Amino acid sequence: MTNDTPNNWTARDDAMVEEAIRRGASRRDLLKMLMGSGVALGAGGGLLMRATQAVAATPKRGGHLKAAGWSASTADTLDPAKASLSTDYTRCCALYNRLTFLNEAGEVEMELAESIESSDAKTWNVKLRSGVTFHDGKTLSSADVVFSLKRHLDPEVGSKVNSIAKQMAEITAVDDLNVRIVLTEPNADLPTILSLHHFMIVADGTTDFSKGNGTGAFVLEEFEPGVRSIAARNPNYFKTTGPYLDSFEFFAISDNNARVNALLSDDIHLAGAINARSLRMMEGQQGVDTSITTTGNYTNLNIRLDIDPGAKAGFVEGMKHLVNRELIQKSILRGLAEIGNDQPVSPANRYHNTELQPREYDPERARALFEKAGVLGQTIPIVASDAANASIDMATVVQQAGSEIGMTFDVQRVPSDGYWSNYWLKAPVHFGNINPRPTPDILFSLLYHSEAPWNESQYKSEKFDNMLIEARGLLDETKRTDMYWEMQEMVANEAGTIIPAYISNIDGIASELKGLRPNPLGNLMGYAFAEYVWLDE
Amino acid sequence: MLWSTTTWRLIGQRLGIAFITLIIVSFAVFFATEMLPGDVAQILLGQAATPEAVAGLREAMGLNEPAFQRFLGWLVGLATGDMGRSYVNDIEVVDLLGGRLQNSLRLAGIVTVICVPVALTLGIIAAMFRGSWLDRAVSVATISVISVPEFMVATLSVLVFAVWLGWLPALSYGVNVDSIGAMLRAYAMPVITLSFVVSAQMIRMTRAAVIETIETPYVEMALLKGASRPRMVLVHALPNALGPIANAVALSLSYLVGGVIIVETVFNYPGVAKLMVDAVATRDLPLIQSCAMVFCVSYLTLITLADMIAILSNPRLRQ
Repeated sequence: MTNDTPNNWTARDDAMVEEAIRRGASRRDLLKMLMGSGVALGAGGGLLMRATQAVAATPKRGGHLKAAGWSASTADTLDPAKASLSTDYTRCCALYNRLTFLNEAGEVEMELAESIESSDAKTWNVKLRSGVTFHDGKTLSSADVVFSLKRHLDPEVGSKVNSIAKQMAEITAVDDLNVRIVLTEPNADLPTILSLHHFMIVADGTTDFSKGNGTGAFVLEEFEPGVRSIAARNPNYFKTTGPYLDSFEFFAISDNNARVNALLSDDIHLAGAINARSLRMMEGQQGVDTSITTTGNYTNLNIRLDIDPGAKAGFVEGMKHLVNRELIQKSILRGLAEIGNDQPVSPANRYHNTELQPREYDPERARALFEKAGVLGQTIPIVASDAANASIDMATVVQQAGSEIGMTFDVQRVPSDGYWSNYWLKAPVHFGNINPRPTPDILFSLLYHSEAPWNESQYKSEKFDNMLIEARGLLDETKRTDMYWEMQEMVANEAGTIIPAYISNIDGIASELKGLRPNPLGNLMGYAFAEYVWLDE
Repeated sequence: MLWSTTTWRLIGQRLGIAFITLIIVSFAVFFATEMLPGDVAQILLGQAATPEAVAGLREAMGLNEPAFQRFLGWLVGLATGDMGRSYVNDIEVVDLLGGRLQNSLRLAGIVTVICVPVALTLGIIAAMFRGSWLDRAVSVATISVISVPEFMVATLSVLVFAVWLGWLPALSYGVNVDSIGAMLRAYAMPVITLSFVVSAQMIRMTRAAVIETIETPYVEMALLKGASRPRMVLVHALPNALGPIANAVALSLSYLVGGVIIVETVFNYPGVAKLMVDAVATRDLPLIQSCAMVFCVSYLTLITLADMIAILSNPRLRQ
C-alpha cells in the first residue's frame, strides 16, 4: 500500500475502480465517484493510476500456476456433460472449448464457432472455425459438434443439461464445417445457451473422458479424481492470444481456513471462493488481493403458494415485508452482496430490470397482512440448512423480526446431506439456493413456468407462460428486453420466492497473478481463468 | 515352550474371530449405507435429478438390480481379490484406493516410528520415577495435549509455521518433494499434530500398566532382594506389562489409518479417510465397502498382533 492511499482503502475498492474503468468510465467520472465516497483529490489520482496500470498491464509468458478450488471428490469428472462442481468446470474450461462464450459484459462472443445465425430463431446454422485441432491431432469438424450436442439427449449419459438440450430437435452436419440445429420452438438465446460449461465440444465417438482430449488451451498431463490435475500449455492452440502459463495445476482445499492459509503462505496463487469472514484476515496482508464477482447466485426463502400458510392471501406479501434485506446484505453477507428484488435476473445480467425496487422492511405492514391472512399468533416452521448458503442466519433474522410483531417462526435446521431431495421444493416454507444462469429464459423456464421442474413456490400464471414463449423467439432486442422487464415485475409481485440478495463470490489471489477479471458465468472468471491469467513474478 | 500347540490354537482362534468380525462389519456397513437417503444416481445429478434422468443414469450404471444382490456380488468378488469398480467414475476401486492407502500408510508409518519409542520411553521413565518432578511434567504435558482438539493444533501450527514464520508449507501434498529436506518440511506439521494425539494416550497407558505391575508383590520382592530401580522395572516388571502396553499402542495406532480425517482436511493430504468421506457422500457402495474393509483389516491386524504379543509374553495365557 502506498502512502497516499486513504485509511480504509482496501483491495475490494481497487477492484471496484478497475471494474469501472473496464466498463468505460472516464477519468472525470471516476474522480467524481471517488470524491463522492470521501477520497481526497490527490489520493484519488494515485488510486486511479494504479487501477489503470492494472487494467492495461501486458501479459507475460511462462510459469506454473497452482490454483485451489473449494470442492473435490472421487466424483470429479472430465466429461463436460456430467460436470457439476466448480472443480469440473475449471478443468473442462482449460481442456475443451465451447462454440461460444460470454465476455465480462455478458455478451456472446464466438469461440469454436465462427458464426451462429438464424433468420427465424428456430433453424440455426453454426459455422465452425477451420484448422482447429484436438490434443490428439484430429481436426475439428462438424461431426464432433453433432456428437457433443447429441450426447446430452441420451439419458444414459446423465447430462446435467438434458432438459435444456431437449429443445434441439434436429442436429445435423451440413458439411465439414457447418452444423444445422433445428429447435422445437424458436429460441433467440441459443448462442448464449451454447456458452454453458456443459456444452464443451469433445471429439466424435469419445467414451473415455479421463484423457481430457479437447481443443482447449491446455493438454492434460495428470488427473486423479478428488486429488489433483496438471495440464501443460497446448502448443497448437488456435487462439493467438494465450495461454500465457506454461502449466497449470488444480486441486481443491475444501476447508476455507486451510485454503486462505495456503494462499497467505504462498503455497498457491489462487484460492477460489473465500468465505467473507476470512476477508479481514486477508486485507492488509502483503502479497494477496481479492477478486469479487456478483453473478446472480442467491439463497431464497420459498413459500409454496399451493398449501398453507402460503395459500392464505397476504401471507407471502407479509413475509416479503418482514425480510430485512439490508441487514442480510450488511451483516450476514458482510456487504459482499447486492440487495435483491425478489426476482432471479441479477444485476450482472443485461436484462436486469433496474427500475424494480425491493420491498421495504416494514414489520408493521407485515403484521397487518398476517392479521388479514389469519396467521398471526400461529407457529410457522421454516426449514433451513447449511446446504443453502447462509440460510440458517437468514432464517434467524426472519425469526427475530417475527418475534417483535407476535409471529412465531420455528427454524428447523436440517442436515445438508439429502437436503435437495428431501426438503427443497417440498416443505411449505423453506430455503433454496440457485446458481447463476446466463439468460432470463433459462431462469424463468427452470423456476417460474407453470410446469417448471423447480417451481419453488408453485407459481402458476398462464399470462407468464405465454410471455415466456413469446419472448423466447423474439430476435428484436428492445421488445424482448421490455417483456423480460415486465416478467421480472410479475415474479417479484406474484411468486412466493423471496430473493433478499444476490451473493458475491470472492476469490483470493496472490498479487503476482494478473489478468483475472469478473465474469457473469461464475467466479474464477467464469471458471475459465487458466487461459487468460499470467504470473508477473 | 514358546510355540506350543496351545499357542498355535490360541493364535488360530484369534485369526478366526478376526475373519468373522470382518464379515459382520461389511454387512453392518452395507445396511448403514442403505439407510442413507438417496442413491448414487440422485446424488450425482444433484439439483438436476428429474425422475427420467435418475432412471436413465441408474440404467447406465447398472443399478437396477436390488442393492443386496449387488452387495453379495461385491462380497463374492472380494473373495477372489476383486474389489469392483467405483459407481461414480467407473475406475477400479483398487486403483482409487491404492495411491491413497500408500499415502495414509506413509504418514502412519512416520508417525509410528517417531511416536512409539518416544511414548514408551517417556511412559516407562515416568512410571520408574513415579511422583518425581519428571513424572509430573510428563503427566501435565500429556493431559494438556489430550485436552486440545487436533483441529486446533493443526490450524494453529499452520498459522504460526506457515503463515507467520513461513518456515513450512501449509499443504502437505502438491508441494515439491524432490529432496529429503523438502519432504521433511512437507511432513513436519501433520506428523507433529498426529504425534501429539497418538503419543499422549500411549504414554498414559504405558505408565499406568507399568505402575500396576510395580505394585504387585513379586516386584516388591525383587526390590527387597536388592535389585536396582531400573533393573526392577525393566527386567522384572516390564515383561508382565507388555500385554497391556501392546494393546494401548495398537489402539492408538489403529486411529492413524481411518481416523485422521481432520489432519487430511487441514493439510490437504489425500489419504483414505477423505476417500471414505467422499464415497459416503456419493453413496458409492463398492468404494465405501472397500474403505471399510481396509480400516477394519488394519484395526484387526493391530489388535491381533497385540493379542499375540500378550499371549507370547505371558506364560499363563499359553497354558
